[in-house]
Amino acid sequence: MNSVFVYIELEGRTPAEVSLELLTKGRELATTLGVKLEAVVLGHGLDGIEKELQHYGADVVWVADDKELAPFRTLPHTSILCGLIEQEQPQIALFGATSIGRDFAPRVSAALKSGLTADCTELVIGDHADAKGNEYKNLLYQIRPAFGGNIIATIVNPERRPQMATVREGVMKREHAKGHGPAEVKAIDYKKWLRGEDLVVKIIDRHIEAREVDLKAAPVIVAGGYGVGSRDNFKLLYELAEMLGGEVGASRAAVDAGFTEHCRQIGQTGVTVRPHLYIACGISGQIQHTAGMDGSSMVISIDKDPDAPIHKIADYAIVGDMNEVLPKMVKYYKQNSK
Amino acid sequence: MKKLNIVVLAKQVPDTRNVGKDAMTAEGTVNRAALAAIFNPEDLNALEMALALKSQIPGTTVHVLTMGPERAEEILRDSIFRGADGGTLLSGREFAGADTLATSYALTCALKKLNPDLVVAGRQAIDGDTAQVGPQVAGKMDLPQVTYAEEVVEIKESTLVIKRRLERGVETVECPVPAVITVNGTAPDCRPKNARRVMRYKNMPLTVWGAADVDPDMDQLGLNGSPTKVKKIENVVFRAKECKRMTGTDTEIEGMMKELIASHTIG
Ligand SMILES: Cc1cc2nc3c(=O)[nH]c(=O)nc-3n(C[C@H](O)[C@H](O)[C@H](O)COP(=O)(O)OP(=O)(O)OC[C@H]3O[C@@H](n4cnc5c(N)ncnc54)[C@H](O)[C@@H]3O)c2cc1C
Ligand SMILES: Cc1cc2nc3c(=O)[nH]c(=O)nc-3n(C[C@H](O)[C@H](O)[C@H](O)COP(=O)(O)OP(=O)(O)OC[C@H]3O[C@@H](n4cnc5c(N)ncnc54)[C@H](O)[C@@H]3O)c2cc1C
Repeated sequence: MNSVFVYIELEGRTPAEVSLELLTKGRELATTLGVKLEAVVLGHGLDGIEKELQHYGADVVWVADDKELAPFRTLPHTSILCGLIEQEQPQIALFGATSIGRDFAPRVSAALKSGLTADCTELVIGDHADAKGNEYKNLLYQIRPAFGGNIIATIVNPERRPQMATVREGVMKREHAKGHGPAEVKAIDYKKWLRGEDLVVKIIDRHIEAREVDLKAAPVIVAGGYGVGSRDNFKLLYELAEMLGGEVGASRAAVDAGFTEHCRQIGQTGVTVRPHLYIACGISGQIQHTAGMDGSSMVISIDKDPDAPIHKIADYAIVGDMNEVLPKMVKYYKQNSK
Repeated sequence: MKKLNIVVLAKQVPDTRNVGKDAMTAEGTVNRAALAAIFNPEDLNALEMALALKSQIPGTTVHVLTMGPERAEEILRDSIFRGADGGTLLSGREFAGADTLATSYALTCALKKLNPDLVVAGRQAIDGDTAQVGPQVAGKMDLPQVTYAEEVVEIKESTLVIKRRLERGVETVECPVPAVITVNGTAPDCRPKNARRVMRYKNMPLTVWGAADVDPDMDQLGLNGSPTKVKKIENVVFRAKECKRMTGTDTEIEGMMKELIASHTIG
């Protein structure tokens, strides 16, 4: 049966967070379909890479190990992955919607003439009937926001294979597959697909900043907006976040105003998060912001304006001044926690 | 470098960034008719990068290509007022309903006629939001691609040195031409319209091509040529959920913190 492919993006020699999240989702899809989950790793110095991938449920790990394959370059990776897809004929292929995945997946889809859905927030298996009365079993429903986050579209790919989708980091959960055995490692016979002209683009210089703040992994996020008013007032947020074992996030307006760093921005053009608890302070709740946090399990909003849209998606809507409310939260947490 | 024939890909889009109060219907859905049609923001960055190359490489020309309805001509004329040499509109019902693959196929058919040395696109359009068309055009043209370009750092004899803006860093690459570049919103803003060019070119005729003008394989165009199908569309409605409203008194905040601790939401 045709398998589910996940392209494993590498940060150095470590699989990217988003790739592990995709394996978790891929495992679920493969189990529903009764097929194998196969990870594809293209890079250099990959000995033992399967160990981590099998924890997330990979049945097969395809590996091409060559110094020309790291760091990522579009053309060599495209030639090899297209070759492998034509050989193995997977029914689904998933990619991270990262700088790499959003460069690479469309190129692969163009070469294979298969459809590609961008930035999916949900992937589920379902049946489909089209207007002409054709029926399709077990398609991948690819659900994604578009139109600046103002609509949610369910997209299917009835005829062409593989059904390809990209997913942003932090959107899917990452979970070890329980009781999963070792993955079978298969070497990709990549030299037959790699063309000389695939190497024409040269990387001259590269500065990748290490990940400092990990908003995605934080169970609690205390996020501040323009209403926080100053860099100094943000200290209140750090205090509460530290006490609750969380991280500090921000709206774009707060980042633009210089209250905090860009890497903390949450929303359409920032990070997507889904913590257990999201505390929004002085954030009005524009759609570009809420797009990045509306998967939170619980939301507390603190905003002076009773009509601020953030209050509409909150479980606890506090109409008040964050400078007064946050110290009270700190105080009553200290009094009541053990 | 010898003179370049540059084609910029540009799209007219509804202004999805300003979905303000008037653009929402009473049911909380988007009223698309209330959204202005604008020049896709990152395509203006792309145009600027092309115009900057034009001023650095003698003899270089910049031509803008767009696919869309008749009124998309507006962005072609806008481009010419800002310094482009000409524009082509690709328009017709055959192109309608295209996903990104069919869009990039149609654009590629037109590009083959325009025979560019360099194609410059925006990173992403703000309506479809996929950022797929640039790399797909590059794939269909079988040209190397440089995505998320921020700056052309150096122009060499037969290559361009380009700085790319990645999620968490920058990368500098050297790429031969012909190539396809997609330009990031962090690149320089586009120069404004030039009043003299507005006077001079406001009635300049633009080229309009239909499907028949670009010799396509009809099976790869429009809705038929699109492997992805939209099964369902939902407008995002601001939903009201069970919500405790409070003003932040001590009693309220203490009650809330106790509830959060009791439910193990916080430890
Ligand atoms: C709700 C919704 C969801 C969609 N989801 C998908 C999806 O997941 N996958 C898919 O394949 N299609 C999808 N589409 C279709 C897609 O929006 C169209 O194919 C669109 O024509 C191109 O995609 P884009 O707007 O994302 O452009 P992008 O790929 O974001 O555009 C990148 C650049 O390509 C150039 N460009 C793009 N379009 C044109 C044009 N018409 N003329 C000239 N230059 C252009 C511009 O330089 C632009 O900056 C969706 C459409 C809707 C309405
Ligand atoms: C293409 C695009 C992408 C975008 N991407 C993002 C994104 O990724 N993330 C993002 O956040 N935004 C994004 N935005 C911007 C977004 O549209 C909003 O402008 C932004 O989220 C507003 O930030 P804010 O809520 O902090 O500011 P404001 O809207 O100014 O809200 C400030 C709020 O603080 C309240 N307030 C003031 N003082 C106090 C006080 N003392 N105590 C309590 N409340 C107080 C006010 O009542 C107000 O409601 C994007 C925009 C565009 C066009």
